[in-house]
This record gives sequence, C-alpha cells and structure tokens, in this order.
Amino acid sequence: MFRLSSAPLDPAALARSLDDPRAGALATFEGRVRNHNEGQPVLALDYEAYAALAEKEGTRILEEARAKFAILHAVCVHRIGALAIGDLAVWIGAAAAHRDAAFAACRYIIDETKARVPVWKKEHYATGASAWINCATRPPADGASTTPSAPPAPPAP
Amino acid sequence: MTRTLRIEYFALLREQRGLAAESLATAAATPTALYEELRARHGFTLPAAAVRAAVNGEFVPAAAPLHEGDLIVFIPPVAGG
Repeated sequence: MFRLSSAPLDPAALARSLDDPRAGALATFEGRVRNHNEGQPVLALDYEAYAALAEKEGTRILEEARAKFAILHAVCVHRIGALAIGDLAVWIGAAAAHRDAAFAACRYIIDETKARVPVWKKEHYATGASAWINCATRPPADGASTTPSAPPAPPAP
Repeated sequence: MTRTLRIEYFALLREQRGLAAESLATAAATPTALYEELRARHGFTLPAAAVRAAVNGEFVPAAAPLHEGDLIVFIPPVAGG
C-alpha cells in the first residue's frame, strides 16, 4: 500500500498495519527532515506531489518489491505539505518471514521512491533563500539527475 | 495541425509559470516540442533533458505523440524521501 499523506505519520500505527503471524521480521525506514543540506542550514521543507502519478508509481514499486523479495507485506507513506526539522517525511515497512528479505525490500522501496516517484522537495534556508532540490539549472551530464544539487549561494549582504 | 491540450504544473515549473494549470492550443506534436515552446515563452530554467513527461497520468517517452484533449504534466527532477 502506497499513499500520500497531508497529516503527520504515526509509525506505531503503520507498523501495526503490517502485523502478521507469519512475519518473523519487520524492517522499517523513517526519512526525517534534517537541519542541513550540502552544508547549508535548513529551517523547513515543503513537499509537493503529482498525486495521481505518485500513487501509481509508488504502487508499482511495492509490486516490484513483492516480486523481487520474499516479503509478505510492504507499505510506503509519504508526507506532503509543510514540514519542520525532525518531522517524519516518509515511512516504509516491509514484513517477511526472515530478516534478509525485509531489509532488502525496505532498501529497494526507499531507493526507488527517491528516484522515480513524482514528489518534490523545497528547502527553506536560514539565509532566507529557498530551492527546489535537484532542480539546479545546469543540465545533468547524462540527461537525468538524481543526485542532489547544491542550493544557491546566499545573497550578498 | 493545432491541438488543444491541458497542462498541469508542479514545483519549480509551477512557480516559474505562475500557474498550476492551463489549456493551450499548440502545434507541438510531442512532449519535447511542447516543453521547448513553453520554455521559450516562460523562461523555464530546466533543460528539456532534465524533465520527464506524463500524458494522461502515465510517464511517456519524450517523443510520444500528443492528441487533442491530452493532459500533459512535465516532471522536474524528483526529490522525495
């Protein structure tokens, strides 16, 4: 189950949704808003999504994870809206009989989500500047950038 | 041949266009041609090579044909997680 949420995420409730007597392993990942990026102090983030396609692409990623790894269930929930430092931006859980599949699936789901799901992040800096991450204007060498680009330099005083 | 298309904008492109959505009559036959037309008109900073296209809610190749009434969304480099 993949979904976007404009409300804060509840990790305990999400973990309970993966309860299964066959599951000896539950691997979870929490992506949280950190207070810096590329050396710049960050005050807050906005997340925006193209919801219709994000939910389709996220669902495809979970289907791929179930096909590739011996898991029982997988969930990914991604926040949208204005988030503060420390807020939970994404929660992923993968339940499996054994830990190897749970860890591998959890890793696969976060990596693919970051690479493919149409969600965008705008960082607000202590300088007053803000930037959409990965949207620097220098064209990527290979035509498709997935590496973070440096935010703009702070304005001259 | 001119077709009328619906375009939705997100993130950086929404800010640079100043709109979330618009309808447009255009001769552009592919997402790349349409993006270049819009980039020239509105000064989008992202090059076409950095932007993916979705038509009617699914990713499509940059050279996919566009049809009357299609909904096009240009996808800037994503940054979830």
